[in-house]
Formats: sequence, structure tokens, C-alpha cells
Amino acid sequence: MIKAVMMMNTQGKPRLAKFYNYMPVEKQQELIRGVFSVLCSRPENVSNFLEIDSLFGPDSRLVYKHYATLYFVLVFDGSENELAMLDLIQVPVETLDKCFSNVCELDIVFNYSKMHAVLDEIVFGGQVLETSSAEVMKAVEEISKLEAASNSISLVPKSVSGWRGR
Amino acid sequence: MEQLKTIGRELAMGSQGGFGQSKEFLDLVKSIGEARSKAEEDRIVLSEIDILKRKLLEPDVPKRKMKEYIIRLVYIEMLGHDASFGYIHAVKMTHDDNLLLKRTGYLAVTLFLNEDHDLIILIVNTIQKDLRSDNYLVVCAALNAICRLINEETIPAVLPQVVELLNHQKEAVRKKAIMALHRFHRKSPSSVSHLISNFRKRLCDNDPGVMGATLCPLFDLISEDVTSYKDLVSSFVSILKQVTERRLPKSYDYHQMPAPFIQIKLLKIMALLGSGDKNASEIMSMVLGDLFRKCDSSTNIGNAILYECIRCISCILPNPKLLEAAADAISKFLKSDSHNLKYMGIDGLGRLIKISPDIAEQHQLAVIDCLEDPDDTLKRKTFELLYKMTKSSNVEVIVDRMIDYMISINDNHYKTEIASRCVELAEQFAPSNQWFIQTMNKVFEHAGDLVNIKVAHNLMRLIAEGFGEDDDDADSKLRLSAVESYLQLISEPKLPSLFLQVISWVLGEYGTADGKYSASYISGKLCDVADAYSSDETVKGYAVSALMKIYAFEIASGRKVDVLPECQSLIEELLASHSTDLQQRAYELQALLALDARAVETIIPLDASCEDIEVDKELSFLNGYIQQAIESGAQPYISERERLGMFETTDYHPQDHHEVPSHTLRFEAYELPKPSVPPQASTELVPVPEPYYSESHQPISTSLVSERESSEIKLRLDGVKQKWGRPSYQSTTAASSTTQQAANGTTSHSDGGVGSSSSKPRSSYEPKKPEIDPEKQRLAASLFGGSSSSRTDKKSSGGHKPTKGTVNKPATVPKENPTPVQPPPDLLDLGEPTATTVSAMDPFKELEGLMDSSSQDGGSNDVMGLYSDAAPVTTTTSVDSLLSELSDSSKGNSRTYQSQTSKGPNTKEALEKDALVRQMGVNPTSQNPTLFKDLLG
Repeated sequence: MIKAVMMMNTQGKPRLAKFYNYMPVEKQQELIRGVFSVLCSRPENVSNFLEIDSLFGPDSRLVYKHYATLYFVLVFDGSENELAMLDLIQVPVETLDKCFSNVCELDIVFNYSKMHAVLDEIVFGGQVLETSSAEVMKAVEEISKLEAASNSISLVPKSVSGWRGR
Repeated sequence: MEQLKTIGRELAMGSQGGFGQSKEFLDLVKSIGEARSKAEEDRIVLSEIDILKRKLLEPDVPKRKMKEYIIRLVYIEMLGHDASFGYIHAVKMTHDDNLLLKRTGYLAVTLFLNEDHDLIILIVNTIQKDLRSDNYLVVCAALNAICRLINEETIPAVLPQVVELLNHQKEAVRKKAIMALHRFHRKSPSSVSHLISNFRKRLCDNDPGVMGATLCPLFDLISEDVTSYKDLVSSFVSILKQVTERRLPKSYDYHQMPAPFIQIKLLKIMALLGSGDKNASEIMSMVLGDLFRKCDSSTNIGNAILYECIRCISCILPNPKLLEAAADAISKFLKSDSHNLKYMGIDGLGRLIKISPDIAEQHQLAVIDCLEDPDDTLKRKTFELLYKMTKSSNVEVIVDRMIDYMISINDNHYKTEIASRCVELAEQFAPSNQWFIQTMNKVFEHAGDLVNIKVAHNLMRLIAEGFGEDDDDADSKLRLSAVESYLQLISEPKLPSLFLQVISWVLGEYGTADGKYSASYISGKLCDVADAYSSDETVKGYAVSALMKIYAFEIASGRKVDVLPECQSLIEELLASHSTDLQQRAYELQALLALDARAVETIIPLDASCEDIEVDKELSFLNGYIQQAIESGAQPYISERERLGMFETTDYHPQDHHEVPSHTLRFEAYELPKPSVPPQASTELVPVPEPYYSESHQPISTSLVSERESSEIKLRLDGVKQKWGRPSYQSTTAASSTTQQAANGTTSHSDGGVGSSSSKPRSSYEPKKPEIDPEKQRLAASLFGGSSSSRTDKKSSGGHKPTKGTVNKPATVPKENPTPVQPPPDLLDLGEPTATTVSAMDPFKELEGLMDSSSQDGGSNDVMGLYSDAAPVTTTTSVDSLLSELSDSSKGNSRTYQSQTSKGPNTKEALEKDALVRQMGVNPTSQNPTLFKDLLG
């Protein structure tokens, strides 16, 4: 089972954190910091796997991928395959890339709730649900359509959308 | 730079549409992004919290705004700040009819709340409603929320709807419903146990996605109970076959692999089902072979499947063809440049090596490459592999490597793990005792505080016992080498406490044994230790005991003892120590210095740590004295139980002497009076003729009692004094007056029972000369050389650990090594049998010895470290000194004992007894008429 999904930038600022078992806020912060301190000490061109029993309890592994200014981290237990998890990271990234052509850290920061929507389509209750980015896109777009519809209903003042349209 | 980018991004935001946020949120994100320090960030967030608190309280917040605020709350909480003030608004938002707001609400509550939060009760109803919604997106959102928010109690509230959704027309909903059920199963298996058949049913779902989702719960179920799913083996195999034959729609492909995640899950399930099952393994072998052929090893995901195949093959019954294919795949992994693949390769190797030990040989160079790789993960995995393939022929190289690595890392968690592995391997496979000691030294030096205290005791025992009785010369060489190495190490600046304890013990016991080092040299070193680690009382205790032994040996051998000035000052310091344990030891040492050689020799015999201390529980040596007393008119002793049974007085109950309320009701039935008890024995505790001893089941306490009433009562009073913090000089000096006898007991106390059991960790392993060579080839040879010899080596000696004491000793005998390779004469101990017969002669006796010493320690060996500081010394002292007194006396040295006991009953005792009775609560029996009268007025 997947225990947590995290995104943090190379300075250790969390960009997205989702734990599939409840953790109190302080514990979440501690784990994020712990993971970051391990990641930032890793040299380049080494494997993407880590065993981090010390943070997440026995039989915990971590897979991470380093994109420009972001770390994408998956924490899971022995019932998942490391290489497959590494590829799973690719799925949300591909999806996001399709969502915001050429995704970067700031897209993730600014589209916080969309990120969660994408992630919820891929990992559900700690299990891998969908691995096709096209399918994920479809689901997310349906939600986006609703958003657009609700926007038109709620008659948002032009000024706001005007600002956003710039 | 980042600011510029931020602005650019912000400008470009518009085109993306959807999930839009307002300018305030963007500003917040931006300012946090630009914060220079954590403090600045906190300040920004705190002001944001203030704003949000205010805004949330405003009446008639537009819903769109509200959604925005909730998102900001989520963001703030992710940054580690408390957003609980807004939880209720998120809950309210889930009630909204607008899907988007509802989704946001659900998102927020799943991130904010745990399943036991009070607010959940407000959501359950909404979830129930949403699960029945016509809009499948609403249903999905609700199912999503269920996974996080439903606990055992609320499962029944939503369970019917979820089960209904298993037949929903949309496959996305069916998928999620299965996952939700799976989640319920994880949380509370009993609540969904009647629904498990649904998983089987859904395995045949038309939609491959739903089928794939079903594999997750099935995997869990099968790992819990394999047998009841054996019937599914062929279904799983045929599904896998269809998947690999690309029968699934194209949309399930991932990087040109057909549904790889489904394949992986299936392979995992098959590994569970096929282990130890011949039929199942045969059914699987076909499809596994196909997979090897078809798998595309150029992509990541293809390799993931390959690895999963290797795993599966290592679990099911071995099939030579498949093993070969797996070995090929592994060699591909190991040869790859990618660290990830190497990692998988090492892992796979570790799995296959259990089945075919030879396989590692082909890859020795690759393994060594991985070992020397800068990548920590890979290195650790490789150490894991080495750990699995360790045997007596390569243990030296492997453990040396491990220790080197252990020294180089800072991660305490892993350090502990690797240290314990080193110890385990060394204990199992050590080629020689010398090597074992050297290895343990290194482990202690670098990870001393992380290893188990038992390891230290084992090491001390090994040094004490050496090889066996036939080879004293080798033993003393071993000890000398240990002493030498410790004398070198002792001046290192910061040694772990546990290691210092070992060092002190060994130096005390053997420091002067062969005359190479003078007593003053060793005692100087020990004083240095006590000085340098003055905050560590355990170490100090060990050091003082070691000093005592050194001086004792000196005195016993007739040499004049010059106590070093620093040692003298140490003793003086400790005489006034706050730790009663240290004080006790210091007094003992002081008393010992004043004794003559003969007495000292009796107290601390040379190199006697291995001798069992025999305790005469019957106290038979007192018979004469008792007889004498009875003849002169004393009352015979009545054992405690009998006393209690007859008179139900609780006064003399040693266990609860603190506050036994003697007026409380007794609910248990009265014991039957023992016929043997003379009725007149009511008021006094008196010595008793010997036959009663055999009936007593509490040897220690009754023997105390039996010895003399006076001493028993005095002991208890000591305890009381200690408890209330009155200066305990009186009692300790009293104790030190018995130091002569106590010393021996305390010695073994400090030794932590090292000597008491007589097992030896190493018996007969083929010694091998270490070859640590820079050249990889050579290293490889030493690691893998002759790996085909016997893997079972490890297993057969699995239970053969030195900790097991007497038990494993006979077990080592049949393990006489069949191929002794030119053993260095001083290390070999093939002459083992002599030792074996000695110990095998009477294992029970040894066991007894073990128990004796541990009870004497006032705590068992393992907890000694904790105990010796914490235990009130008066109690330990009394038990110690008395017991040792007894045991010593049994050797015919009862002179002092008698002189002590001849104090006899006097007025002081009567007073003390009064005090005791007062302390325990008034008990108006006939026992103490004076007191009774007092109370009555």
C-alpha cells in the first residue's frame, strides 16, 4: 500500500503532501522534514530508492524522482514494487504536463486543488487505481467542465476573470 | 530569479482555467515562496490565519469565496500550521449541492480530519446521501471521502450503499466501491467478513480496471489465508496470460506494456499461492516462462515485471528452467548502468541465493562493484545480500566490511541494525575467539551505545571462559591480548559506556593476571576511567569493583599494596556519593584494604568469575548453633506461612512491610493450621530446628528470618530509613562491617553474572586466514570462494548462539568440523569434548548456578545496568551480604558470623521493633503488649 505522496521543492518546502493514513499535522511536518533531509544528501546519479524504516516504521520504502526544482516522493510498504512505483510517479507528472503544457513547480503551487484531484484519480485509499494519464485527464477535465459551468452560473464579475485572462 | 519566474507564471496563469484561485491566494503563495526565512514565512502565515479567521466569521460569505478560503486553509495546514478553526466550514461545505463546492469540502475534510474526529458525525449523513446520488461524480467524491473518514463504528452506516455500488453501471464507480470495501476490510475485517465473496465475484467483472482493482483486496486476503484461495490459481494464471497476450484494450497499456500494474499484482498473488504448492507452481511455470520471453527489458516498467517474475520464482517451488531464466534476468540487471536496476538485481540475487547458492559466484564482481558504489541504498542492499550469504569461510571479510561501513555512517537507526548484524554473524561464524574479541571491540568502540547489553555480557563471558580447560595457555594468551587491546583503547577520548564496562571488568579480572602490567598501572588506568566518565555511575561502579579485584589479588599474593593517591581520592569521593550503590562499593573496597591476605583470598579468589557460587539454602551449617539454642531453652522457628495461617498476623510479612493495613478484611479462607506447629509459639520469632527449612518455599526471606529475628527486623528498618531519606551511614557501615564476606558476592554482582554460565560461543569453526586485499578479485574470492560448500552451515548453527548458555554446548559437539584447514594451533579448540563433558555432567547444577547468581545480583543480569543504580542499596546489600556470608560461612568460615549474631536481643531491638509496628499500622495483638497499652492510653 502507498503510505504517502509528497512533493517538495529543493529547498524543502512542501508543495503537496498526502498521507493515506491519518497523521497529525506535527507528525506530517516531521516526516516531510525527515524525508527532505535524506533526499538532499543524496548525490546525483544514484538509485531512486531508499529504505526509510527510521521514519515510517518497518518495511517502508521510498521512491523519489527529482524534477528541476521539485522532488516527487512516494512512500510505500513491501507490497509494492519499487520500479513500478518509480513509473507511477511518471503518471501524475505526465498528466500535469498535459494539463499545463510544460509543467513546473509553480503550476503545482498555484493549482493546489487540481493537483489533489489528479492524485485522487491515480491513487485511491493507498492503492493504485489508474495508470493511464489519458484516463486521468478525462476525469479531471470533467471536473473542470463543471467548474466552468458553475463559474458561468455564479456570474463572476468580469474583473476577476479579466485579471485571470491577461 | 525565482521572483521573476513567479511573476511570469502568474501572468500566464489565465489560460489554464479551471480550479481557479483568487488573487489573494496567489499573493499568499507568492509571498511565502519569496520568504527568506522560516520566521518570515511563519509571520506571513500567521497574519493569513488572522485574516481567514476574521473572514470566515463574516456573515453571508459568498460560496465561491468560501471555497477559496477553504483551499487557503488546506494550504496553511500543509505548511504545518493549525487550521482547526476552519474545520467546521469545510464540513459545512460538504453539504453543499454544488458539486464543485462539495468536492472542495470533501478534499478539505479528508486532509483535515481523522476518522475519530468529532466532526465526522456531521459528515456521515451527507456521505450516505451522496452515495445515492445520480451524478456519478458526486458518488466518486463520496467514495473518496469514505476511505479516510469512516471508522469501525460508522462502517455499518455506509456499508449497504457501498455494496450496492459494486453493481453500478459506471466502471469508475465500481472500481472505487471495491477499493472502499478493501479499506473497510483493512480497518475492521470483521465488519465486512460476510462480503468477501463480492471480491471474487468482481474478479470476473467485464471491465479490466475493476478486475485490476479487485486484485488489491484479494492480495491482502490471500496473504492472510492462502489455502482458501487455491481454487483461484488457474483463474489468476489465465488472466495473466490474457493480459500478456494483449487481450486488453489499448487504453490499459502503459509505455507499451499491457496493464503492467495488473501484471505485477497478479505475480505477487501467484507468489503467495505458489509457495510450497507443487500443483500451483506447475500451472504457473508456463506463463512465467512466457513472461520472461516477452518482457521488454528496455523500459522501467518492463523491468519491474521482470523483477516481479524473479520474486515469484524464488517463492514457488523451484523449477530449473525458470531459475535459469531468472538468473539471466538478474545478470542483466546487475550489468546495467542504472543503479535502480542494480538494486533490483541485488535484491533478486538475495532471493535466489536461498534456492541456489551457486548463483552468487557468477556475479561476484558485480556484487563487489555494488559494495563499493557511492550509492548508499545500493550499498545497504548489498550488505543485506552479504549478510544472507555469510558463512564461516567468509565471515571475516564480510564483517570487516560491515564494520568499516558502520563507522562511516551517522544514521543511528541503520548503525544499530548493522551493528546487531555484525554481532550476530560474529557470534555464529567466528573462526576464532581472538577474532571474535577484536571484532566485538570494534563494534563496541563505534556503536557501543547502540548494541544490546547482552552482547557485552557474552563478550565478558567469552574472555572469562576462554577455550576450555585443556588449554590454559591459550586462554591466558587470549586474555592478555584482550587486556592489551583494552589498555590501548582506554585512553581514547569518548568511549561508549557499555564498552567501558567491559574494559573495566576485564582489566579488573585479568589486568594483572600474568604479571605483565603492574597493579598500580592498571589501577591508575581504572581511576582515569572513573574520573573521565564521572557522570556515568555504572561505569564508575565497574571501575571500583575492578579496583577492588586488583587490590585483592595483590594482597592475596602477599605483595604490599600502595593505593595510588588518585585512587584514594576516588574512594573518598565515592564514600560520600549520592549513589548508594557506589557508596557501597567504596566502603567494601575500603574494608578490603584493611584485611589480611588469607581473608582476602577467601573473599576474592583469583580468576574465579567462572566458578559457580553455591548457596546453601538449607543453612545446614547453622544446625549446631540452633541445636545449642534450643537446648538452652529457645523456641523453635515457625515458618512464615505457618505463622500466618495460625495467627493471621501480617506484621511479619516481609513482602508488604511498607503499609499493610492490618485491619482490612481478609476475603480468602483461613489456611488450615499445620499440625506440626507448636501452639505456644506465638509471640516471638525464634530459631527453629532444621527440618522446617525444607518446607520453606521462600528460601531467602525465610532464611533471613530464621537466622535471627534481630537481623530481620534490622533489615527492614534499614529499608525504611532509606525510603525516608535519613542518612544511611549507620546501615552502610553496618554493611561494611560484613564486607569481608560481602565482597565476594558483590564482585559477582558487578560482573553481571558473566562467569556463571559456562558456554562458549565458538566451538569448532574452520579457521580461515583473512585476506583483505585491495584487488577485487581477491576480495571476491574471499567472499564467494567455496560458496558451494554448504549454505546450510548457517541454518544448522542458527540456534547456536553463546547466549544460550549450557544448552548449546552439547549441540556443538557433533559439529566437529569435517574439514579443518590448517588451524593455527593457539586458536583451535577441537579439544572441546573435555569441556563438554564437564558442563554436560550436570546442566541443572549450572542452571542453578545461573539462577543463584542472578538472584544474588538483586536483579537479573540483563537489567543489571538499570538496576544497580536504582535499587535501594540497603536491600541489595543485605541480600548480597547475607547470602555471600552464608556461602562463605559454608566454607567453614563461620567465625565472624557467629560473632555478629551474638549481639542477641537487647533493648535497642525492642525499640526498633516497636517503631516497626508503629510504622506498619497498629495491630492490637498480644505480640506487643507495651505498644498496645500505649495506644489504649
